[in-house]
Amino acid sequence: MAEPLNLLWLQSGGCGGCTLSLLNAEQPNLVDRLADAGIRLLWHPSLSEASGDEALAVLAACAEGRERLDILCLEGSPMTGPHGSGRFHILAGTGRPMIHWLRELAGRARHVVAVGSCAAWGGINAVGGNPGGATGLQYDGETPGGLLGRDFRAGAGLPVINVAGCPIHPGWLLDTLLGIGLGRFGMDQLDAYRRPRLYTDHLVHHGCPRNEYYEFKASAGKASDQGCLMENLGCKGTQAHADCNMRLWNGSGSCLRGGYACIRCTEPGFEAPGHAFEQTPKLAGIPVGLPVDMPRAWFVALAALSKSATPKRVRDNAVSDHIVVPPASKAGAK
Amino acid sequence: MTRERRIVGPFNRVEGDLEVRLDIEDERIAAASISASLYRGFEAMLPGRPSEDALTIVPRICGICSVSQSIAAAAALRNLAGAAATRNGLLAECLVGACENLADHLTHFYLFFMPDFARPAYAGRPWYDEAAARFRAVEGTAARDVLPARAAFMHLMGLMAGKWPHTLSLRPGGSARPLAAGDVLQLVGLVRDFRRFLEQHLFGDRLEAVTGLAGLDDLARWRRAGGGDLRRFLAIADDLGLDRAGRAGDRFLSYGAYAGPDGRLWPAGVWRDGRVAGLDVEAVSEDVSHAWLEGGTLPPLLGRTVPDPDKPGAYTWCKAPRYRGEVVETGALARQMVAGQPLVRALVAERGGSVTARVLARLLELAAVVPVMEDWARAIEPGAPWCDALALPDDGEAVGLAEAARGSLGHWLVVRQGRIARYQVVAPTTWNFSPRDGAGTPGALEQALAGLAVPGGDLTPVQHVVRSFDPCMACTVH
Ligand code: SF4
Repeated sequence: MAEPLNLLWLQSGGCGGCTLSLLNAEQPNLVDRLADAGIRLLWHPSLSEASGDEALAVLAACAEGRERLDILCLEGSPMTGPHGSGRFHILAGTGRPMIHWLRELAGRARHVVAVGSCAAWGGINAVGGNPGGATGLQYDGETPGGLLGRDFRAGAGLPVINVAGCPIHPGWLLDTLLGIGLGRFGMDQLDAYRRPRLYTDHLVHHGCPRNEYYEFKASAGKASDQGCLMENLGCKGTQAHADCNMRLWNGSGSCLRGGYACIRCTEPGFEAPGHAFEQTPKLAGIPVGLPVDMPRAWFVALAALSKSATPKRVRDNAVSDHIVVPPASKAGAK
Repeated sequence: MTRERRIVGPFNRVEGDLEVRLDIEDERIAAASISASLYRGFEAMLPGRPSEDALTIVPRICGICSVSQSIAAAAALRNLAGAAATRNGLLAECLVGACENLADHLTHFYLFFMPDFARPAYAGRPWYDEAAARFRAVEGTAARDVLPARAAFMHLMGLMAGKWPHTLSLRPGGSARPLAAGDVLQLVGLVRDFRRFLEQHLFGDRLEAVTGLAGLDDLARWRRAGGGDLRRFLAIADDLGLDRAGRAGDRFLSYGAYAGPDGRLWPAGVWRDGRVAGLDVEAVSEDVSHAWLEGGTLPPLLGRTVPDPDKPGAYTWCKAPRYRGEVVETGALARQMVAGQPLVRALVAERGGSVTARVLARLLELAAVVPVMEDWARAIEPGAPWCDALALPDDGEAVGLAEAARGSLGHWLVVRQGRIARYQVVAPTTWNFSPRDGAGTPGALEQALAGLAVPGGDLTPVQHVVRSFDPCMACTVH
């Protein structure tokens, strides 16, 4: 059997939610999926037995090259503040800023994976002028660079792999790790923001149960309405790269299925939409943010046409919190 | 006399980064200082944002108490509007909140707390081989039983909240996710499935048999026959004397939990000197004398969060919340002391708060809440309204309270011209892992560690005491 892949997981400026989301992995469960990818957990802050000195010994061995480091996962943003010192996150027990550990360990790793939008871009920490000096591993918002710099390449030749999302879907990361384990993960598997295409070749809009309402521009007026959330309630599903409505969450869920708008949490800069998250900014009654690859004039023309053709069923159900008009059936017509 | 200073960090399986500094004299802890070593600055991020944006931003303070953060934020905005949520919406809040809290209790017990009994330091104890095989981190048999059961239970989140963590379904006016009649049936089914798991693996008995235990004699009798991981824990805890370890001040705070349409499942209050007094929210203040923050003691509605990383004498980013100037402990043990849970009250009456009492209180909540979840599910009226659109005033002040798995969570909100002017969060572990205050009084965990015996300088007992609080460091500083 091949050598196991040594994985070290660190956390910095984040909520721990990506790890908690990872625990939701099913069929098989997290432990078995890591085993399937050939992964040996050197240390994980939420899962490992080793604490304190035992954990520091593992980190030191990796940093000094005594232990092979195949995959370094970071969850949470590197914290550069205050004033670039990194003192907003001193790794407990070491007296040393986490950003120093990260630079050192990334230099030893064969693959570096940013787990979640905080680690990829800075994410939610960058709200309100970014008081903590949060940045991503290789992006600062949309700008390449971040903590490790735009030219960084890990040992196997790839830049930081950005498994962005707030939080991640467990499948996004576990499939990426399996791909690495099977030796099937190269540059061609990454999109323009270096996110695994295995989940970003789709838009959140794909497979949304509100698609029929979207087609007819039958829109929800308030939370809990069943209509499309794009026109009024801030949905960015047509602009967000992720397969949330195809690879469902916690069994049968997704943001749209939970009744609320996509806030494009896999995209850099999602935390600063320039308007209230759940309100659609409009220009002359037309939403400002339109589907990624649709000319504005077409959208306006199609919207007007489809609005005029909306069936009563779709129009009435869109502004109700339950089905008021079920689809017609032949039996009912008799 | 031998004296030494020991630093334990990174202290893991605590949700976030934690450093514990110990002064040890003659194999006993003389003093402890608890340091939360990460600052992100949510309270500095929120001002200037539209008030309803709190619903999106605030849950991201914490990935393990995310729904509790949602509930507190929604409650604050609801109170700001001076309005009420729909009946179905409140039932959804109870169900989604319970799902998070119970999943957290389960995660804590199996993945965070019990793995310490597989440490080599315990090899040779009569229970060791069985405990190591069952609870060893990642590799033990328990992880493979628990992860699928937890994930299946979390299908409630997929059904009622879109996803977990970081839902936006819970709102001031109710829930954005209406359930149809068929959804309610799915919900009942998955609650029952979780009950089956608990009865088979954790309790080895009916949930009602566990919640029916009225005192220590009942518990002793119940333990004599049967299996399950609770009985395993109690046997280990007795052998190690964990019912005498980790006592803090025995003053307990609860904001009251599960505010459904017909009132709270568990009441709000403060336990002090053997009795419960009503909760006075105005009695909460935060002291920053030992935190790397500017300023003095303030009530949260006037609170400030301005870093001062070079402040002399400071040792953490965590503020020191006080209730009428006093240290209180919060969490499942506190909730059940205030609610009058007979077994928990009996245990504390005999030995005070302890590692055993904290763990047992959490497991008793698992047994107590699952049957109530089924009642809430059956009270849902699918055709009735789910969410009212509330008009938020442009100016005002409000408080939103919730009980997370690990204790009392409060949000204090000031809105001016439709925008957040101040947002202060006092989280459960801010209470429990608070540093010393201006009078030099240590926080709850600092008190719980003082006096703890560490024979031979082995710090394993420290692991148990710290984790018995089910800390969440992400929330603590935020
Ligand atoms: S709610 Fe959003 S994702 Fe769903 S159909 Fe409308 S625009 Fe697309």
